[in-house]
Order: sequence, then C-alpha cells, then structure tokens
Amino acid sequence: MEKKKINIAISGLNNVDSPGPGIPVIRALRESKLYDVTIIGLSYDSYEPGLYMEGMTDITYQIPFPSAGQEALLNRLAYIQQHNPIDVLIPNFDAELFNFIKLADRLKKEMGIHTFLPTVEQFEERHKANLPEWGEKYNIAVPKSRMIHSVYEIANLHHSFTYPLVIKGKYYDAGIAYNHDQAVGHFNKISAKWGLPIIVQEFLKGTEVNVTAIGDGKGNMIGAIPMRKQVITDKGKAWAGITLDDPTLLDFAAHLFKETHWRGPCELEMIKTAEGKLYIIELNPRFPAWVYLAVGAGQNHPEAIVSMALGETVTPFTTYESGKMFIRYSWDLICDLKSFETISTRGELKL
Amino acid sequence: MNIRNNIALSDSGFLFDPSTGDSFSVNPIGMEIIRMIKGGKTDPEIRQYLLSTYQTDEATIEKDYYDFLKMVEQFHLIEKTDGKEKD
Repeated sequence: MEKKKINIAISGLNNVDSPGPGIPVIRALRESKLYDVTIIGLSYDSYEPGLYMEGMTDITYQIPFPSAGQEALLNRLAYIQQHNPIDVLIPNFDAELFNFIKLADRLKKEMGIHTFLPTVEQFEERHKANLPEWGEKYNIAVPKSRMIHSVYEIANLHHSFTYPLVIKGKYYDAGIAYNHDQAVGHFNKISAKWGLPIIVQEFLKGTEVNVTAIGDGKGNMIGAIPMRKQVITDKGKAWAGITLDDPTLLDFAAHLFKETHWRGPCELEMIKTAEGKLYIIELNPRFPAWVYLAVGAGQNHPEAIVSMALGETVTPFTTYESGKMFIRYSWDLICDLKSFETISTRGELKL
Repeated sequence: MNIRNNIALSDSGFLFDPSTGDSFSVNPIGMEIIRMIKGGKTDPEIRQYLLSTYQTDEATIEKDYYDFLKMVEQFHLIEKTDGKEKD
C-alpha cells in the first residue's frame, strides 16, 4: 500500500533530562506504515535539542510563548501555513495545550490544520487542583487532596490528613513531607518556583505505574500501554521503563475512557497499592515522553492520532508485547553556530 | 503452591514477572526447584530429588528449601485464587 504524503507539525522538541514528547512522537511517525511524513517542528527556544537532530524535523519554526496569547499563535501559524502547509498538528506541552484547544476549530476551518485534542472542559477538570471532584464525578479512585494558598494552613493539616503527605505544585514538582517542618520547606520551595496554590495530597504507599493511552472522545479506548519506571531521575522522570502485562491496569484505563469520554492522547499516572487497588494521581493531557515505548511494544499511538485527526476510523489496538524496555541515554550533538544563529535570528531552521 | 503461569524463567536463571516488571536471578538449584514446582511436583518429591542429587542432609534441605519458597512467596510469584495463595 502506498503511504499517504502528509505534513505534520510537532512541538515539544526539548529532548533534555526532563524531556518533552516531541522527538519520540516524531520517531513514531517516521516509522508509520500509513503516512509518508514531512515534519514541521515548532520550537520555543533555540536550545531545544530537537532542532539540531538530523532526521527528525524537516524544518522548524519558532512560535510565540503561550503567554503571548492565541492571536499571536494564530498569526505565526498562518505564516507557517503559507510556506509549509500543515495537515495535522500535535501539540506536546501542557502549557501550550489550552491555546491549541481553544483554536482547534479555527485552525481547521480557516487553515485546514487538523488536531485531535481533549475538550476545554476535559482539559480543565482533570487539573491536579480539581482531582477530588473529577474522581467523584467519574467514579475514579484518586488520593484525598486539597488546595492551600498559605503556608499557615499547613499547621491545621493534621485535622484532616496524617503524615506523610505529598506537597505538589499546581503544574509541576512535588515532595514528600514526613512532618510539619518538611511540609513548610516543600511549600516554600515549590510555591517560589511554580506559584500558588499548592496541592496537599494523601501519600499512597504502593507501586507507581503509568499508562500511555488514546481515546476517541466517544468513550472508547483506542490503545493503551502500561509501563513501570525502572530508573527514575532526580526530577522524577523515567530514565528506563518496562511494559507490563497487567489486565487490571487496562480495565481501569478503559473504565476511565468510558466515563470521561477523553479525546486524544494522555498519560495516566497511577499508584497500585499492596492490596491491588488503583488510584489516579495525575492525568497528563498529552503523550508522555516515553510514548516511543508504545511503538516498540506494537502500538503506534501517534500514527493513530494522525488518522483520528483526519477523521478516519481507527480500529482499537488489542495486543502489545509485555517486557519491552526502554533506556534513555545522553548524547552530545555537535552543531554549527550557523544553525543556532539562523533559528535565533530568523526564527526558522532547515538543517 | 504453584508458580504463576505468566512468570517466565530463562535458561540462564533470569526470572521475569510481566505484571510488575520485576526481574530476579536464581541459581541453578533455584531454577530446578522452580521448574519442578511449575511441572506439578509435590513438596516431598522435590525434597527427595534434592536429597538424592546433592550431598547434603534432610535438615539442611528442609531449612533451605522452605527459606527459598518463603522468598518466592514474598515476591508474589505464587499463583493466587480468590485472593488466597494456592498450597
């Protein structure tokens, strides 16, 4: 079968120690059996390694930071569209998703750019700060948690929580506190970096397991791969992981899709207790950086998202290989200053 | 007692639990014991085999054999039915 030629825009090219999913998504699409892809990279920073990696993007354009607003993003995409028309766009950063979700209809109608993203409501209601209400609404087990806005609220936490506790930033970072003093320390450190509110969460003892999955927005799970982190960096990111054969994880994920009608890719971060009970601790509204493991295990989720964005019917994946591992590595790319100069001054780069 | 069906044991003694991602290494005698359990041998049959194959005594076999089984149980490699471990 001849592959369909298609131009796909991908962000998240920051392939650093806390990597974005862009490069793994590109690798998945380069291995597509359905599509002959031209990859248009979207970057925010001239130091994103994905800009300089041979064989990844065909051309990369810098785009405005999410804080610049939706019109600035739309204008930039309109410029890109004149030079390298985008058929499908897959955003991979949490912080940019809101703008892309809000613009999805206009992108399709005005520019012919297809996306397959969660709805605004789905995106908003699964925020860490809203997790208890989200869990209750969809009958999904989540750890007990509450938001606090002041360090003085920590003194009263013992009325409703017992130590240890998890102290989390609204978007990023977390620490385990075994007493009041440690909770104050984590609060100050995380709030200084990521702002308020801070989320206080019950500490669940168990094994952390993650699932990368995609939903069709109608209650069906199109694919899901469970993974356990085997090596974890000091930022809590997986440096090595292995696919699991655990039907309870897939049943739990399928229940979540059935209840929430989640649309698009996501990563489910879960805790499995010693008794086998599963809790969702986070739902990330995009592919995880380890999504290439799904391809290695037999499910090409980025390819499926492209098909769904184009309105094609995708048959759900039913099998995958357990015991498939990934191990990250670091590699020093040698780049010409000219490339750095080009992306920094012209805002676009073709290697 | 039985070892869970999905537990894989290689010829090198590498044991992999696909439901948790845990892996273990067992020595050649451990491999023999696990294969015998998987093959449906009973406790007395396994102990008798070990006694007749290795230069040791019954008390040592009993101590080491049950120590090994306890470890296998602690690592959740035992098949469970209705929440209870099979004997």
